[in-house]
Amino acid sequence: MALRGNLRDFSITQLLNLINLAHKSGTLVIEGTSEVAQITFREGKLAYAQIGSEENDLAAILQRSRKITPNQARVIRERTRKMSDKEVGLLLINAGYLTQKDILESVQNYCVDVVRRLFTWVEGSFNFNPDQLTPDGKIPVRIDLENLIIEGSRQLREWEQLQEEIPSLDMALKFTERPGTNIRNLNLSLEEWRVVRYVNPKNTIRQIAHATKMNDLEIRRVVYALLQAGLVELVRPGGVPLGGMVRPFQTTNKQEQVSLLNRLINKIRSI
Amino acid sequence: MQTVKIVVTGPFNAGKTEFIQSVSEIDVVSTERKITSAAEKVKESTTVALDFGRITVDDDLVLYLFGTPGQKRFDFMWEILSEGMLGFVVMVDSTRPETFREARTILETFRAYAPTPYVVAANKQDCKDAWDIEDMRLALRLDPKVKLLSCVAKDKENVKKVLLELLYSILEEMGEGNS
Repeated sequence: MALRGNLRDFSITQLLNLINLAHKSGTLVIEGTSEVAQITFREGKLAYAQIGSEENDLAAILQRSRKITPNQARVIRERTRKMSDKEVGLLLINAGYLTQKDILESVQNYCVDVVRRLFTWVEGSFNFNPDQLTPDGKIPVRIDLENLIIEGSRQLREWEQLQEEIPSLDMALKFTERPGTNIRNLNLSLEEWRVVRYVNPKNTIRQIAHATKMNDLEIRRVVYALLQAGLVELVRPGGVPLGGMVRPFQTTNKQEQVSLLNRLINKIRSI
Repeated sequence: MQTVKIVVTGPFNAGKTEFIQSVSEIDVVSTERKITSAAEKVKESTTVALDFGRITVDDDLVLYLFGTPGQKRFDFMWEILSEGMLGFVVMVDSTRPETFREARTILETFRAYAPTPYVVAANKQDCKDAWDIEDMRLALRLDPKVKLLSCVAKDKENVKKVLLELLYSILEEMGEGNS
């Protein structure tokens, strides 16, 4: 049976577990909401990973792992324009610039990092192609999936917890009334500041996520942190409470409302 | 005939049904079902739609008390129940700190639905393992201005006190006092 489906029904962690247990070889193509990832496996082990349009030639990977400087990466690219990653790797080893270990570790870290980023993908479809192996010229790795699966399970639990805390992204946020707190004195992360900029009862959390280019998990994580810090509270978008549709009192006369409340108070006292 | 309503909410097994039963003049119209989930089987049945109690004030005014279902999967009812409420009571089981975070979430959700006055009732304060009120205030991250009231839901006087405090809060918010 074709291994294809939806991430809502079958999570990344479940997919990795299945590939690991079945010792599968092939490429898992995951189409997320904005990007496509390709993860290649060989006999149930991670062999290669790449995300959409991200620069992933060997020079970029080595630069990301700080084995070379951005300037060195540029020079390598200029001089090895038509060479594959394998050829570039051999060239760098033979020239004595880097060791085989340096290169393999960098590629391994890059592939693991790509898979880790996938754990935040909760929307999208997947398709496993058993005939597609590591892309030509790329340096394959061999990484056990067990640790990644455990890490993914932890993130899944976090996701479920965050979904309980923030059940809907169609709610808006407003700052809590804490006159003594100066937001500028708070120690917020870059992500939290990006979200704080958009905190306004007119903006839904979903709109803030879109504006800050965060996925569901990332925006929930930040909003949860802000809620826990007591900095913001959840409100209806536009500041219009649902209860506003139906008025608590039939009368709009304030004196009559007060009189009604006093009657309620007297009654409850006498029960 | 005018009708007004107060909503009694809180996590599963916080004592909402018992709270309404203590003061309702009618037998509480309860939509309870046997519990199937092992994790939630600390009592035999639970509210799945709403509890409904009534206090007739006079010929012209009736107060309805609505209890929300405590289990998360019935939370679609909350939005409907919150419409047009005077205010709400958040019941918290003082002996089960594992439910405090959920109580906080429910409180925030109801505040988002309708920013009406509310009080928090720390129920089961007669149990020996009940948390101290001020510790609960910290755990629930309640502002010092929010009324957190000691409560025993099966005791009518306790329930009356909670409802009265809520009504006083509503009056205060309207800018009027009541002697």
